[in-house]
Amino acid sequence: MIDKFMIIPQYIFHEMLAHCRAGYPNEACGILAGKCNEVSRIYKMTNTEKSSVNYFMDSKEQFQVMKDIRANNIKMLAIFHSHPSSAAYPSAKDISLAFYEDSVYIIVSLMDKEPVTKAFSIKGGDIKEVEVVVK
Amino acid sequence: MAVKIRIPTPLQRMTQGKEEVEGKAGTVIDLINDLDAKYPGIAERISEGGKVRRFVNIYVNEEDIRFLQAEQTPVKDGDEVSIIPAIAGGSII
Ligand SMILES: [Zn+2]
Repeated sequence: MIDKFMIIPQYIFHEMLAHCRAGYPNEACGILAGKCNEVSRIYKMTNTEKSSVNYFMDSKEQFQVMKDIRANNIKMLAIFHSHPSSAAYPSAKDISLAFYEDSVYIIVSLMDKEPVTKAFSIKGGDIKEVEVVVK
Repeated sequence: MAVKIRIPTPLQRMTQGKEEVEGKAGTVIDLINDLDAKYPGIAERISEGGKVRRFVNIYVNEEDIRFLQAEQTPVKDGDEVSIIPAIAGGSII
């Protein structure tokens, strides 16, 4: 479980931003997996809501990713999604649907020229920022 | 042989950390209710009034039960049932 910081390799971090930008003006989403607090794999997922203010990860894709994560003996470390026109902070909906308390929730805000990425642990409505180290 | 049930990480606290538990053949909703007898409170996290919650996906082997017979989908020994909370949210309210 990650509570202070997580490490994301630069190429994965850039792929995550590219996936969020490609989904614009709709929300985009995905999963980062790895070991301990270090990400080693990105899964770019489909937002079946096709909406600029909501996301729902394609459940069949999610099912396949869960299997792949198990087969590779890694863990789902983070769930990311974009906020096309609001700040990088969990919305009330994000908080109420944050079922995966062991995963970090990453939000990529695209409201400004440069994307802003922030990560949070969300447990029982309690939100704590987690540092993202890109290297 | 029994039915293999995959418990998602958010519910593993209720199954003493077990990722996999066993269930009896029957229907999906029977399986959930039997699970609750062993792990009290778990059924309520998965279903409500006999229906699987909107933000929970259940797969029998490779198929989403919404495309089978939903809660009444039969499960037999050797089947693998995966309980997967959805990943969703939004950016306003
Ligand atoms: Zn959000």
